[in-house]
Amino acid sequence: MVNGQHDHICWGGGHHHHPHHHLVLRRVTAGYGSEPALQDISFEAACGSTLALIGPNGAGKSTLLNALAGLLPIWSGDILWNNTPLASHMNEIAYLPQRSEVDWQFPITVRQLVEMGRYPSVGMWGAMRPHDKEIVDKAICTLGLQDLQNRQIGALSGGQQQRCFLARALAQEAHILLLDEPFTGLDVPGSEALAELLRALAHEGRLVIASHHDLATAPQIFDQALLLRRKLIDAGPVADVLTPQNLNKAFAHA
Amino acid sequence: MNEFLQFLSEPLAQRSLWACGVIGFSNGFVSALVVLRRSSLQIGTLSCALLPGIALAILLFGLFQLSILLGAVLAGLLVGLGSLFVSRTSRMDHDTALSVLHTTAFALGYIILIGLGLQQKVDDWLFGNIMSMGDADLWIAYIIGAIAVLSITAAQRPLLISLFDPRAAATMGIPTRLLNYGIFTLIILVLVSSLQAVGAFLTLGLLVAPAATMYLLTDRATWLFWGGGLIGGLGAIAAFFLSYPLGWHLGATIIVVLGVLFLLAYIFSPRYGLLRR
Repeated sequence: MVNGQHDHICWGGGHHHHPHHHLVLRRVTAGYGSEPALQDISFEAACGSTLALIGPNGAGKSTLLNALAGLLPIWSGDILWNNTPLASHMNEIAYLPQRSEVDWQFPITVRQLVEMGRYPSVGMWGAMRPHDKEIVDKAICTLGLQDLQNRQIGALSGGQQQRCFLARALAQEAHILLLDEPFTGLDVPGSEALAELLRALAHEGRLVIASHHDLATAPQIFDQALLLRRKLIDAGPVADVLTPQNLNKAFAHA
Repeated sequence: MNEFLQFLSEPLAQRSLWACGVIGFSNGFVSALVVLRRSSLQIGTLSCALLPGIALAILLFGLFQLSILLGAVLAGLLVGLGSLFVSRTSRMDHDTALSVLHTTAFALGYIILIGLGLQQKVDDWLFGNIMSMGDADLWIAYIIGAIAVLSITAAQRPLLISLFDPRAAATMGIPTRLLNYGIFTLIILVLVSSLQAVGAFLTLGLLVAPAATMYLLTDRATWLFWGGGLIGGLGAIAAFFLSYPLGWHLGATIIVVLGVLFLLAYIFSPRYGLLRR
């Protein structure tokens, strides 16, 4: 799936890839209204891994994604990227919406969608420079969308649609990819292809964080897991986290 | 025919023709926002909600163009935000709250306007009367059109990202909330100008049909704006030429012409037409 010619994805901008990019959450509490939906969450994750956010409905998976994406202000605690607040590195974050939240009839082509990723660098009125076009081309190539780039996004399969948004994330040159339930609604081959792609993106130096509801497939897709039920139950390698005791704590009726 | 040519040479007719073009164009241009936001029914309720604002403004400040405009904007904001407030503070959903508020507002406005003895004006606002537009009205229509085209064109890039994917837009530093208020304000402004042309009941057609027609013809969001503007403007001008010989009400003719264009696109669009399937 990942095109061999463009196998290193931390290109562009001329910056060297730092081997120790890492994300640290320290006692993060956040929520809506007066009730915290997330309490006292602390964990660390480094570039190069794929992290699944797992937990029952209402456990705070989307709250955590929103907090990381800067869409929801945190009440207390710190979210740090390389020891400085993540909020001051918004260009490092690419957010991928849930497929069901996207208006697939929106009159936009694959290429235009990917070009959106250049907005933070190009700005409101700036023209797309050759450098930007090159980055867009590479992102489209990397995800094998060359032949589809002038199609309207609704005319694609579920897997292809997911790849369009990943291509936009690549065009953003962000290190952290936040995905909201990316595997929902994909068939088995589509899921396998996406899993391979996410692993490849992580391998090339990105941190992939996705909410995920399917316990059965989590170990094959992700290498790290974070088990939530408003509070952190456990975090670490998937096999260590998804133990019967932990799952019982997360999913048993209170 | 001669009679029609003579009619055309009158300033009243020329003013109406210009008004058709300008109001049709600015409404068509802004209709892209309504279609892309998929909020056409909300906008429909909004247009009726403007009536009490207009009535109150006339009651307080007299029958001036500017007071009417301000009253309409205030009423739109009040009903729009009020319904949001009611839905958040009760178990009602937004659509239900909006429906109750806007019909109440409309009824109140109607009572006030009749009480003020403005029966004729009420008819104009309900069904539109381009022929009654004065020079000042035409100027306001020009200014509203210019504001709409300039602001949408200037902010088009962040606007489209925010309409398509508001959450990603927010992570990219785009002020999505500000843009939403901007869209809302623009819609109310063009509603006010089309209120005179086609009236409160039919403004929805002028603010949806042009871009809806383009939606069936193109995959490029930017074309919805300019294409919608052209369809709205040319459609309204065509309606002007049709309505006189046929003796039809001009505002209603505009909406019928736009509706026919939409149907043609629905059937014959080379990309998404019925015949293509």
